[in-house]
Amino acid sequence: MIEVKNLSKKFGQQLVFENVNFSINEGEFVSLVGPNGSGKTTLIKMLMGLEKKTSGEIKINKSSEIGYVPQFRNIDLDYPLDIKNFVTLNQKFSFLKSQRDQNKAKLNNILNKTHLTDLQSRPLGLASGGEKQKAYLAQALINDPKILILDESTASMDVDVKYQLMDLVSELNKKENITVLFITHDYDLTKKYTNRALLFENHQINSVDVKSISEDMFE
Amino acid sequence: MFAYEFMRDAFIASTFIAITAGIVGVFVVSRNMSFLTHTLSEIGFAGASFAILIGISPLIGMILFTLVSSIAVGGLSSESSRREASISSISSLFIGLGILFLSLSSESSSYATNILFGSIVGIDNSEVTQLILLAVFVILIFIIFYRKLSFDSFDHVGAKASGLKTKSLSVIFLVTLALSVSIGAQVVGSLLVFVLLTLPGATAKYLVHSVPKLIMVSVGLSLAGVWLGLYLAFVTNWPVTFFISTFEVIAYFLGLGYKNWKLSH
Repeated sequence: MIEVKNLSKKFGQQLVFENVNFSINEGEFVSLVGPNGSGKTTLIKMLMGLEKKTSGEIKINKSSEIGYVPQFRNIDLDYPLDIKNFVTLNQKFSFLKSQRDQNKAKLNNILNKTHLTDLQSRPLGLASGGEKQKAYLAQALINDPKILILDESTASMDVDVKYQLMDLVSELNKKENITVLFITHDYDLTKKYTNRALLFENHQINSVDVKSISEDMFE
Repeated sequence: MFAYEFMRDAFIASTFIAITAGIVGVFVVSRNMSFLTHTLSEIGFAGASFAILIGISPLIGMILFTLVSSIAVGGLSSESSRREASISSISSLFIGLGILFLSLSSESSSYATNILFGSIVGIDNSEVTQLILLAVFVILIFIIFYRKLSFDSFDHVGAKASGLKTKSLSVIFLVTLALSVSIGAQVVGSLLVFVLLTLPGATAKYLVHSVPKLIMVSVGLSLAGVWLGLYLAFVTNWPVTFFISTFEVIAYFLGLGYKNWKLSH
């Protein structure tokens, strides 16, 4: 699904990573782990085509739309849109009735999958942290991505909420066969939910089976 | 009151101005650009007085100044922390320049009052046509870029993540904002044009929860304000801007009160 060969990135003279190689197969749930500043977000941006590579190759299946759930958002208490309207910001707008009906059906389907159906009319500004994360996830899912990238989505969340969100992602991964790349600092979540960890170390990436990861790799 | 041609002109012009300001205002508020809008109206004042000094139409002067500076400010300060400071410094400079241009030109001070505070008798027939054309242009841009501008304005992070070209969208938005300031100032004056460009949008935020509804409420409030303002100005001979700003401020606080009441129930 994703294949990265000899990928390097430099900002000016500063090396971010060099000759990185890894692949992610369809339906996998993989975590991307590494210290702050190791280049995780840069790598993600390159996968999405938002950042230029210095050298190397990135191959992604042609039909695979990527859904990206960014880490930070500025949603304050006064934020006006309700959850439903926030999710559809990412949906193509159409004047055609048939297209609009299709959009509506898709929205309901996504709200259902992300357990937001009953909350869809709540202003996002008034939603809890966990509900917000679900809304971000739903927005990323609205264009039927085959790959989902979560950028530290569980950071600064309460433990219960964290597991709820991860259960949801895991469900999507299994039922819908969505490939998930999960950027995290969380050892427990990696151990519990993912198949494999991609570890950023010394400008390189090593793929480690989740059975053989240890807590000190996350420090 | 429609027996008078100047009232008909003022009414038609204000209607288009209110629709434009109502639409643009929703995005001004969601992009947190109220302060920039305030500054742009001051820059517009400098533009208009410059136009008077060199003898061209004040509207053209305003458009020129606000367009150039909105794009400059937008490019200068994409970081919000830097934005505030750079905007206030630019704003001070332009108010100073506006005063200088006015004092250098030979026009009477009533002309300056018109630019600053607006006037319903200030618009003639050819200007009405110009205003309508500009307003229609702004509205068309919003129809064309509706989805992308909505996404970027209501969820900048998400829009960027989905690969939208947010920098170009920002420039497009600033252009429409500059045009809206320039046309709005013709009736309510450059000192208070930001009332129309921020308050109806801010009030709508407390009442409804989707982009189309925000636009409808904002345009509605903006229209109600200018129509009521024109009528009362005609009847009382008091300045139209006074009525418009009072109406919009009251609507804003009612909206805020409604939201708080709803939260506590």
